[in-house]
Amino acid sequence: MSEPILQVQNLTMDFGGIRALNKLDITVHSGEIAALIGPNGAGKTTFFNCVTGIYKPTAGDVFLTPGKGEKPVSIKGLKPNIVTGKGLSRTFQNIRLFPKMTVLENVMIGRHCRTKTFILGAIFRPPRARREEREILLHSYRLLEKVGLAAFANDFAENLSYGAQRRLEIARALATEPHLLLLDEPAAGMNPQETEDLNALIREIAAEGLAVLLIEHDMKLVMSLSQRIFVVDYGSKIAEGTPKEIRSNPAVIKAYLGE
Amino acid sequence: MLRLRKYEEEEMITAKDIRRILLVSGWFMILTLPILGMRVDPLSDNILWRLKNVMWVGLGTVVLQSLPHLWHLYLYLQAGMIRLWHHLMGTPPHKIVEKTAHRDSLINRVITNPRQRAILCAVVLTLTIIYPQVVNEYQINIMIMAFLYIMLGLGLNIVVGMAGLLDLGFVAFYAVGAYTYALLNLHYGINFWMALPLGGIFAGIFGLLLGFPILRLRGDYLAIVTLGFGEIIRVILENWIELTHGVAGIVNIPGPTFFGLGLTPSQKILYLYYLMVLFVVITIFVVNRLQDSRLGRAWLALREDEIACQAMGIDKRRTKLAAFSLGAFWAGIAGVVFAAQNRSVYPVSFSFLESAMILSIVVLGGMGSIVGVILGALILILLPEYLRELSQYRMLFFGAILVLMMIFRPQGLISVVRRKYDIDSIKAEEKEGGA
Repeated sequence: MSEPILQVQNLTMDFGGIRALNKLDITVHSGEIAALIGPNGAGKTTFFNCVTGIYKPTAGDVFLTPGKGEKPVSIKGLKPNIVTGKGLSRTFQNIRLFPKMTVLENVMIGRHCRTKTFILGAIFRPPRARREEREILLHSYRLLEKVGLAAFANDFAENLSYGAQRRLEIARALATEPHLLLLDEPAAGMNPQETEDLNALIREIAAEGLAVLLIEHDMKLVMSLSQRIFVVDYGSKIAEGTPKEIRSNPAVIKAYLGE
Repeated sequence: MLRLRKYEEEEMITAKDIRRILLVSGWFMILTLPILGMRVDPLSDNILWRLKNVMWVGLGTVVLQSLPHLWHLYLYLQAGMIRLWHHLMGTPPHKIVEKTAHRDSLINRVITNPRQRAILCAVVLTLTIIYPQVVNEYQINIMIMAFLYIMLGLGLNIVVGMAGLLDLGFVAFYAVGAYTYALLNLHYGINFWMALPLGGIFAGIFGLLLGFPILRLRGDYLAIVTLGFGEIIRVILENWIELTHGVAGIVNIPGPTFFGLGLTPSQKILYLYYLMVLFVVITIFVVNRLQDSRLGRAWLALREDEIACQAMGIDKRRTKLAAFSLGAFWAGIAGVVFAAQNRSVYPVSFSFLESAMILSIVVLGGMGSIVGVILGALILILLPEYLRELSQYRMLFFGAILVLMMIFRPQGLISVVRRKYDIDSIKAEEKEGGA
């Protein structure tokens, strides 16, 4: 087994008196595709929000390995932008693009944390800033080509179709050069053909050495993609294993279908 | 084709619409009755009924409410005319409609085309340079005022238009700039050119000071705090008499110097005019560059979605503070120029109305659009000057414009166009890089 890239230990999140996450332990290894599944309201998105720094977890710890051969660092309680800078990027369940910016600009935003130009650089545009701007542009355009949206580069993001918006979110997340990509229901609202394309895209991303952790309700997609699956219900992990193991796990069947 | 049919098939006005119009008018008449319809005659203690006024109110509301329907009627007639025209000419109507449908406005098409934009800039610049030669001093002074507001508008545009932070106390930074020059000159005899950067930097620091505590606030809350800040600055200026001379203000501020040469008063005005042109050009240049930079994109993203923005690795705090302090810096510079132009500063020049005016310029022109803000400033500053006879209706006119804009063009006169990147050149470059 390769080295772990994300280690979540004992993660607990309380909202007032409600325990949304209860002592979760989840480990994702580099280069693997893992999935997080569970009924609605199980705490899957809360888990993403805790890991990416949008929520501050009540207890537990989160370690991320920022690059190959490096030591894991704790990212618990860090600001979302810092977490992204360390190589963890995500998409959102309810699409959160920048609607009044162009498709290309949306991806260019993802390059923000890997570039430096600030006020003076923006005004005077020294050669370094120009080079950087060109790098941002080329890198972003290549990502658009990868997700098949290059033809829409200059359109407003809000004018894209639903499936295309989801792919744009992936491109934007990839632009931050993550080591681990968190996808929150990437196939929601997609038609079978789009889901098929998404399947291929995620495989392509993983083949480049990126670890992927996805939340998804489309079981066909989950079973076909993931090497390992975590099942949560009421904020607790109830099962972990290969797709085959999960399919026959009685606790999982109970959570999904009832007694 | 589609566009034509839409107007032809929809009913123009229904019984329901008429009933609503009458109801609203009646309601308005009842509401305004005590104020406009009755008057107590103090001599005879009688109530004078002025029902005519109320009738006018009713009629006015009916007319205002039917405006959208009239507009609809106009479109209906227009569609009919186009149809008739094509019928007579024997051409299929959809061709024309396709051509006109969904295009950027003329001005946006011009400014996105580099060659046309260069021509437009050259023409406008030439006109601005010739302008003071053909008009009198009064007109030049008004134009200087308009330029000042263009600077202020473009400064506020960074905060409100680009970063989406509603700032109702922008005038505070303007005041800081103006008083920086006034006080430094009074006590240390510092001249205009030295005060210019100092005023900007000082205002920028105030922007940071205000920015820190309100980083978490958004929308309405942010608006209230900035409004309060603007008032605090004005109240301090009025009451800290030892420092600011209170409402008496500071007078005898020297104008800008020209390499130590003595200028006649009319030369001074000309000099100030060209100086302002230079400042405005620099402002446009800077704002334009910021807009298409990494920072400018981050501001836009912040305006669109704060959480997604942070998740994409943008430091919210740094980005917001940069917007606040840069906007304030510009206001500070404008303040120094204001002090130098008026030769005096009084707290009353920095009332909330001033903030509202600058905000109106940005909103009217189109948030985030440079051309829009320039147009907005010219309209809102020049129009009242040239319609001085109607000055008592100024506020009415102002309110009406804002309401009409909100209904018909909420995006402002000029809507923002985002930069379109030349895909072919990117591809070419990509090949080069790969080879």
